[in-house]
Amino acid sequence: MAAPTFTIPELKDDLAIPAIAAGAMAHSRPFVAKPEHQEPLGFPGELVEGWHDKAIAKMGDLLGKSRALRVFLDSCVKCGACTDKCHYFLGTGDPKNMPVARQDLMRQVYRRHFTLAGRFFPSLVGAKDLTREVLDDWYSYFHQCSQCRRCAVFCPYGIDTAEISMAGREIMDHIGMGQKYSNEIIGKVHKFGNNLGLQEKALRATLESLEDDMEEATGVRVRIPVNEKGAEVLLVTPSADFFASPHIEGLMGYAKVFHQAGIRWTVSSYASEAANFALFVGSYEQMHKIALRIRQAALDLGVKRIVFGECGHAWRVAYSFLNTLAGPWDFLDPAYPAPQHICEVTYDLIQKGVLAFDKSKNDDKVVTFHDSCNVARGSRMGEEPGGQFRIPREIIKACCNHFVDMRADTIGEKTYCCGGGGGLLTDDLMELRVKGAMPRMQALKEVVTGRGVTHMAAICAICKSQFSKVLPEYGMDMDMIVSVHQLVSNAIRIEPAKTTATA
Amino acid sequence: MPYTVNGNTIETDEEGYLMDLSLWTQDIAAAIAAAENVDMTDEHWQVVNFLREYYNEYQIAPAIRVLTKAMKEKFGAEKGNNKYLYDLFPYGPAKQACKIAGLPKPTGCV
Repeated sequence: MAAPTFTIPELKDDLAIPAIAAGAMAHSRPFVAKPEHQEPLGFPGELVEGWHDKAIAKMGDLLGKSRALRVFLDSCVKCGACTDKCHYFLGTGDPKNMPVARQDLMRQVYRRHFTLAGRFFPSLVGAKDLTREVLDDWYSYFHQCSQCRRCAVFCPYGIDTAEISMAGREIMDHIGMGQKYSNEIIGKVHKFGNNLGLQEKALRATLESLEDDMEEATGVRVRIPVNEKGAEVLLVTPSADFFASPHIEGLMGYAKVFHQAGIRWTVSSYASEAANFALFVGSYEQMHKIALRIRQAALDLGVKRIVFGECGHAWRVAYSFLNTLAGPWDFLDPAYPAPQHICEVTYDLIQKGVLAFDKSKNDDKVVTFHDSCNVARGSRMGEEPGGQFRIPREIIKACCNHFVDMRADTIGEKTYCCGGGGGLLTDDLMELRVKGAMPRMQALKEVVTGRGVTHMAAICAICKSQFSKVLPEYGMDMDMIVSVHQLVSNAIRIEPAKTTATA
Repeated sequence: MPYTVNGNTIETDEEGYLMDLSLWTQDIAAAIAAAENVDMTDEHWQVVNFLREYYNEYQIAPAIRVLTKAMKEKFGAEKGNNKYLYDLFPYGPAKQACKIAGLPKPTGCV
């Protein structure tokens, strides 16, 4: 693919609010799904006849199911608190990337059809018909929201733009205007069990290669078992952990943790995906279907615990919805959370003194931590509020001597999205991804120049892939992004297996 | 953006990946590479040929780590690292090299 034909934002000393650039990103729209991506999910193959009425009917259906959606559409008072909080606005200056304006794309149609004033006096209340032009705006700008929910933190009413962009995408799917990237991937999960289309033979070959690498490095055969019945733990992790770097280096970290703790574990080739892209397109039915694979794998393998690997939105779906989507989990061991995050597992083992580290193995690094949006604002870890912020940092500090946080208003619950979340991690949205990464890159640059930071760790497959791609655009090295469990993998002391881990 | 190779039109998806993988030939690979502004050298062909062998066996591209290890074993340490592969294929070995090798695009969080 040719080099980018857009201007990379300049990183300044402070994060400045950009001048308004109306229509600056109106051209940005991802590839529309083809019939072969739409139809396996039960969506029409292309824009249907009578799409307007069907879209309004679907909106009515969603309003009936989601009280939150109606409240979010009703309650905005145009206070402006959200306007400068979206990374896509900050990176592009396009006023339609202000969260309020993004919401208004749906709100105007909602008012026209679902409020009395809008039905009779549309121009007085900003109500508008869903014209083809408005639909195109929906497609463009609901795919310029990574559903990171940062704006909702600052909204005095807690309006969650993610819910609105999810509803928008769900409506568009139902009239045959889906997004290729997300829908092709959802179809692959139904067919192969993962986003990549990785089949069991390739999975086994990859994992064996990793076992060889670990044996060469440590002198110990650390296993990554596949489909082992009777294992205690089923690890469900993003398939990027079997394919991309630095993800795969994190997978080796999980393996070493289980090995050293003597926990029998397995991955499943049937449920070889933690990600659940149905969240991005707002489809409960698809989300349900994907989640049921995890239940099936857990039952088939007879496991007692389910642990999720480093994946942001997977953990939101797992933490917040897995029980209603695929529960009850009454066959799992009640002594452990169901599901549990790999960071919780590692952190608990560190607290119990089960794991030992040679921190000097990471002495070539000064590490900072990027809070991934769905973990930060859509979930929790451990038993105390803020555990999702504290636990990954405690793990990093346990295996690294040098840790530095980025500026306070860019981390924790106020963290900036990587720029590639929410179904936007696709090459056809590269301009958006690069520009949307600007606020995070700016905060990173500050600690690189001011505090000597060399690496940024993350616990989300999307964040890791996104940063690998955009860091070089901002003059930084793609290898700066690391997995948290890659740091664990570097420093953990490994001994020969305590138990014979055979099936 | 279809490629025209030896008078034949080869259909692709929006991003230039082949629609019918079985049509791949070295001439088509050269045409894809030209569209990507990649000048194919023996070193490029080593990567492309390995990707095709792996794909024939496993129906997917290898993990980057697996690719670099294989390159190291076959062609020596100086060719078995990420930097070498990115120098050859600036848009990334997983996507750009796969496209030239006639493999489907890796999908997901990659």
